Amino acid sequence: MMSGSVPRAVIAAFAAIGGLIVAMLAEIGRVTRFAALTIGRALTPPYYPGRLLEQLGHIGWLSLPVVGLTAIFTGAALAQQIFTAGSRFSAQSTVPAVVVIGMVRELGPVLVGLMVAGRVSSAMAAEIGTMRVTEQLDAMTTLRTDPFRYLLSPRLFAGVIALPLLVLVANAIGIFGGYLLAVHKLGFNASNYLAVTRRVLRADDFQMALVKAAVFGFFMALMGCYHGYRTAGGAAGVGRSTTNAVVSAFVLIILSNLLITIAAFG
Amino acid sequence: MAGEKILLEDVRKSFAGRAVLDGVNLAIEPGESLAIIGQSGSGKSVTLKCILGLIRPDAGRILVDGEDVTAMRPAQLEKLRTKFGMLFQGSALFDSLPVWRNVTFGITQGRMREPARMRMIAEENLERVGLDGRILNLRPSELSGGMQKRVALARAIAPRPEIIFFDEPTTGLDPIRADVINDLIVSLVDDLGVTALTITHDMASARKIAHRVAMLYQGRIIWRGPRDRLYDSGNPYVDQFVLGRAEGPIK
Repeated sequence: MMSGSVPRAVIAAFAAIGGLIVAMLAEIGRVTRFAALTIGRALTPPYYPGRLLEQLGHIGWLSLPVVGLTAIFTGAALAQQIFTAGSRFSAQSTVPAVVVIGMVRELGPVLVGLMVAGRVSSAMAAEIGTMRVTEQLDAMTTLRTDPFRYLLSPRLFAGVIALPLLVLVANAIGIFGGYLLAVHKLGFNASNYLAVTRRVLRADDFQMALVKAAVFGFFMALMGCYHGYRTAGGAAGVGRSTTNAVVSAFVLIILSNLLITIAAFG
Repeated sequence: MAGEKILLEDVRKSFAGRAVLDGVNLAIEPGESLAIIGQSGSGKSVTLKCILGLIRPDAGRILVDGEDVTAMRPAQLEKLRTKFGMLFQGSALFDSLPVWRNVTFGITQGRMREPARMRMIAEENLERVGLDGRILNLRPSELSGGMQKRVALARAIAPRPEIIFFDEPTTGLDPIRADVINDLIVSLVDDLGVTALTITHDMASARKIAHRVAMLYQGRIIWRGPRDRLYDSGNPYVDQFVLGRAEGPIK
């Protein structure tokens, strides 16, 4: 009786929303299965330590310039913003404390996660996607080499290892950027600035940064591998996979940052 | 039906509701070279991928040396694949690796081990396909299409497989280079004593490479016979296809 009185447009809208939810759940299931396979296959031989080192170089070492530049400019800009905003209520002295907490807890991990996702997730998706459409993945399988072990697991583990190391570097450089601007432009005393920085910084700030970085590294590499592996449809398909990898990695990094922050302080 | 190297029984596979293989039955004897001809999209590549276990058929059985591929787990499939070599249509060489690592990939499974011995094995196999050691350190992108095909051929034979699949081996090559590849395939199949399965729509290639030819149409094998009967099959579909006529039963 009710269905007779409900307009078709409403039913169609509910059906569309339901369809989207079902599609989203199916995608989450596929990604979860893919992640489990990628981790599981890495636990049985043959192992590829050389491939892991190679990926650590690609993800970690080669990201240092972009991460370093981003961190130093962000640290300096943060110091200037805190100084300007703080001067409205005579709180300029909070610059060292806010810079160090802001960089270590939030900006360092998130900026590194986003920068590396932009650089690496896209490259992973494009490389693996091209291998898919040119049948290189099928060739690898027929040559008795599991693409999960050879291509995907080393990338996933390298992401989890490299991101925390990059975040440590970015945090140090970001704090140094704030210090440079505060001391040379805003007139802070160098030794006082460093003393406050040391006093404010706590070990659990670093723990949070490292946990976030490892999670971001996992999502960044997982999205690159997942979308690359599922590529179909030639060059256009590779383009779609690359875009999807970057967008989904960004969304997962931002979302997981919020959830980890709420879990720690909420 | 014992004794066949490869046996397909009523193999079916659909994609998005469209039947690509609709009950394929085919037997290949040990040491035989068989070519499957058919239009683009007729399911030739899917047939190969089903035999290799890259695609799981919806129904039917595929026996290789009496073992059912369709019932195998991943580890069993990986072991079975030691019997196979495959030349892919676009060569499918690994862009990031030099030629010598491509050729020996099936032996090393991608690991960097015994490089001196592997380079020697690569050189031996390159010589078999008419190439020399000067290209060992080149990347696939630095080679011509014909050379890439030869390197891919060297990679397919390097682990000394019992069965070799050739997926459109002459596509994209000029007629002279295509004939060179055909000659190479014939000599390799004879020298190594392997069982060969070729899919192609190049009639010259099919006649040269194969002992027998089968035609796949709308997901079924509609004709099979010795290569000498290809132009005298008595089947209107085969006649239209091999003569390349626009008019006939195939629309």
